Amino acid sequence: MTPEELEQIAETERAAQSQFQQRVHVCVAAGCMSCHSQSVKDALDQEVGRRGTKESCRVKGVGCMGLCSEGPLVSTSTGVLYKQVAAGDAAEILDSLEGPAVARLVCRTDVPFFQRQQKIVLENSGVIDPDRIEDYIAAEGYTALIKALTEMAPREVVEQVTKSGLRGRGGAGYPTGLKWSTVAKSVGTQKYVICNADEGDPGAFMDRSVLESDPHRVLEGMLIAAYAVGASEGYIYVRAEYPLAIKRLRNAIRQAERAGLLGANICGTRFSLRLDVRLGAGAFVCGEETALIASVEGKRGTPRPRPPYPAMEGLFGQPTLINNVETYANIAPIIRKGGEWYAQIGTEKSKGTKVFALAGSVQNTGLVEVPMGISLREMVFEIGGGIPEGRKFKAVQTGGPSGGCLPESCLDMPVDYESLARAGSIMGSGGMIVMDQTSCMVDVAKYFMDFCMTESCGKCIPCRVGTYQMHRILTAISTMSATKQDMSMLEELCDLLKHTSLCGLGQSAPNPVVSTLRSFGEEYRAHIDDHKCPAGVCGQQENGEQG
Amino acid sequence: MSLTAAVKTLRIDGRDLSGRQEETILDVARQHGIFIPRLCEMEGLSDVGACRLCLVEVKGQNRLLPACVTAVEEGMEVTTNSDRLQKYRRMILELLFTERNHVCAVCVSNGHCEMQMLAQGLDITHVHFPYRYPKVEVDASHDRFVIDHNRCILCTRCVRVCDEIEGAHTWDVLGRGIDAKVITDLNEPWGLSETCTSCGKCVHVCPTGALFEKGRSVAEMLKRRQFLPYLTLMREENE
Amino acid sequence: MPSYVSKPTPPNQDKRWKLVDATMRRQGLQARGLIETLHTVQEAFGYLDTPALRYVAMSLRVPLSRAYGVATFYHFFTLKPAGEHTCVICMGTACYIKGAPQLLHAVEHDLGIAAGETTTDQKVSLLTARCLGSCGLAPAVVYDQEVAGKVSVAALQQHLKQWTRP
Repeated sequence: MTPEELEQIAETERAAQSQFQQRVHVCVAAGCMSCHSQSVKDALDQEVGRRGTKESCRVKGVGCMGLCSEGPLVSTSTGVLYKQVAAGDAAEILDSLEGPAVARLVCRTDVPFFQRQQKIVLENSGVIDPDRIEDYIAAEGYTALIKALTEMAPREVVEQVTKSGLRGRGGAGYPTGLKWSTVAKSVGTQKYVICNADEGDPGAFMDRSVLESDPHRVLEGMLIAAYAVGASEGYIYVRAEYPLAIKRLRNAIRQAERAGLLGANICGTRFSLRLDVRLGAGAFVCGEETALIASVEGKRGTPRPRPPYPAMEGLFGQPTLINNVETYANIAPIIRKGGEWYAQIGTEKSKGTKVFALAGSVQNTGLVEVPMGISLREMVFEIGGGIPEGRKFKAVQTGGPSGGCLPESCLDMPVDYESLARAGSIMGSGGMIVMDQTSCMVDVAKYFMDFCMTESCGKCIPCRVGTYQMHRILTAISTMSATKQDMSMLEELCDLLKHTSLCGLGQSAPNPVVSTLRSFGEEYRAHIDDHKCPAGVCGQQENGEQG
Repeated sequence: MSLTAAVKTLRIDGRDLSGRQEETILDVARQHGIFIPRLCEMEGLSDVGACRLCLVEVKGQNRLLPACVTAVEEGMEVTTNSDRLQKYRRMILELLFTERNHVCAVCVSNGHCEMQMLAQGLDITHVHFPYRYPKVEVDASHDRFVIDHNRCILCTRCVRVCDEIEGAHTWDVLGRGIDAKVITDLNEPWGLSETCTSCGKCVHVCPTGALFEKGRSVAEMLKRRQFLPYLTLMREENE
Repeated sequence: MPSYVSKPTPPNQDKRWKLVDATMRRQGLQARGLIETLHTVQEAFGYLDTPALRYVAMSLRVPLSRAYGVATFYHFFTLKPAGEHTCVICMGTACYIKGAPQLLHAVEHDLGIAAGETTTDQKVSLLTARCLGSCGLAPAVVYDQEVAGKVSVAALQQHLKQWTRP
């Protein structure tokens, strides 16, 4: 594939698309699919067929449009977004293409949920057909790869990524440029790139959505990364629980191979990359780099001590670059528009945008992409539309089982890596769960400790037995049978796990407890001293069982 | 590379010492009689850094580092036995005691148990975390050996010695987290194992009384460890 | 020659072993292909039993205990056949705070089994998921592959009744 050929494909596709005066986009990502959006699309297709308007009206399945709680979502070329569409609405929607909108289905888009977003990672989500490479190419797809291959030395690619200030979107926020340059400088007989798509945080679905909505963007990011660090083989490690994402990813790989954008001698250069999908099998700890590598090697996904770091000794003992889905999805625009462009967005230390999965007790739940530095208050009350049913805000949880619960006093804090860490939470992969007065913070802490206990690999003692003991204490508190001694034991264990566990899972397992103790200590005391659960959650269903 | 470049000088507990660059803090400490507790590490086997008892403080590092896998560096200042480290080690051992059912008084390894010795060294007189009292089995199906899972601490020495030295890989770990357990073959009784060579290496590297020879009574199970450095040495000589 | 030295043969004549063989060949019959192969076995047969694990381990030259260790490390794999129907309750954070525990308790109570178990008549398997990623529809339940959102205890019990009716 030459730059000219790529442009040719884009031109042809754009011309073909402009043939249609009318366009209807139906979300076929997992959120809307589970509300039967496929039957909506089928009904629209059928209706178009019946009317004989196939030449002028195109019904297209597209990726996620964000507002998952209102699905199935349909958008039209007249600029209207419809929510909660059913198959029976097909005719009315097609009528509306030449007349007034169907008022009862209209979803307002002049609200902060849509207006406050800034889309880089999700720019194609909800716009292009994830199953067609031509659609991606028509949206400037693979131009960044061609630019990198034909106009830039690998060193220059790394430079642009470094300049962009992009940091790892998987959780820890390690500078991406630095990681790339370490792998580029490492010596090995073979280097690997890995995409971590084992999105394990309960309450996070950003990566799934990107893979389902725009899989080629992730491939392009990996291709550019492989070129920059000198890798010729790569793996995408996806959760087996995401069948639709896996299907679209595999399809995208086949299409890219056929187009000569993946495989041997890409675009006639000496650069080659072979990509393969590897399925995760339900182990949260595999989000940890060394555990993920063990899993790709076909072994038990247990972490090992670092150093040596994967950048030096990773997959099969060779230098390996591991980034997560969202990180790779940021690469193509950075190369296209330059690192400096990206660095203008966001805050001083946290550049660019971040995709969040907003869920829990908010009006609007779904996927949003916002510039770094936006306040939590804006996230919850403007974009999220506030708490439903007149209930009162209590906390927002970020970072999943490794993160923390932030109280009302943190609402005006900017959302960036440093601020969240200072407040006792972490950015994490982007799950953001809002809780109201009906949630008990002890119960929430117990929930996360149960998660960490179940997901502990069992290799190191502090995490294996410590999470069990902490869960036991939290269960005792939530059944009103804990003592003050239990509380001091809990705090001791928090300290032990944080400082002695082998990997990030164990080291951060105390975070949900520490953060709720800090901000909601009175709730713990109410359970222990007064045998009362202020939120009225605990003591209802539990009967002291353990495990 | 010159020979001198490969030697690093460092300070451990105030003593100026030196080690080769591929050696770990634990290696150098051991050569000079500085005791660092550990349960998973064993000379002659690969290191996994799992028991976390050998964590040490290194000046300028805010993390604690496992001595068994941390290579020596020039100018390193290591503390192996601060109050903080002692506290953590005591807690880790206490957690181990609560995990399964360790009853020294009736154990074949009483008096020769590595875990017991470490606990005594750290003055652990009682365990302040509640015990789990799980129901775990004893497998006595093998002709000569027994595995009592009540006393297993999942150090995986048996797994490693069987794989790395004997080459049979009869042992591995089943499940994960608190439910993990060592198994032979497809979680079948040890006596029915088609891969076990009955060499007994696993029994002799086991730090506790989890693996022992049949017919041993309380406190009678002495473990022979000399074979491991011997085998390693002979293999190196013949390479 | 003993079975573990000669070329392993599939546990039985079932044609589905051809799928498993194809996956193993694609992985170059190397140990690194173990997890991929176990996925294929589970997809084809619904679960991993001992003969299957032995066959895969021998074919890929993976120690038996390691194959068993891998199969039990990952919670996606199951060593027991599932019931006729499966009910998966999402225990992701969003579902949890919106009532997933109540759903789970109701099913456990009605069916008399705990999560991860199958009813004695092999009709229904009850499972929990870490997160289905359908947080916008919390609490979510999967009835035989089909995701249902905003599920109430009553709706769930109704659905189970259809399955358990004799």
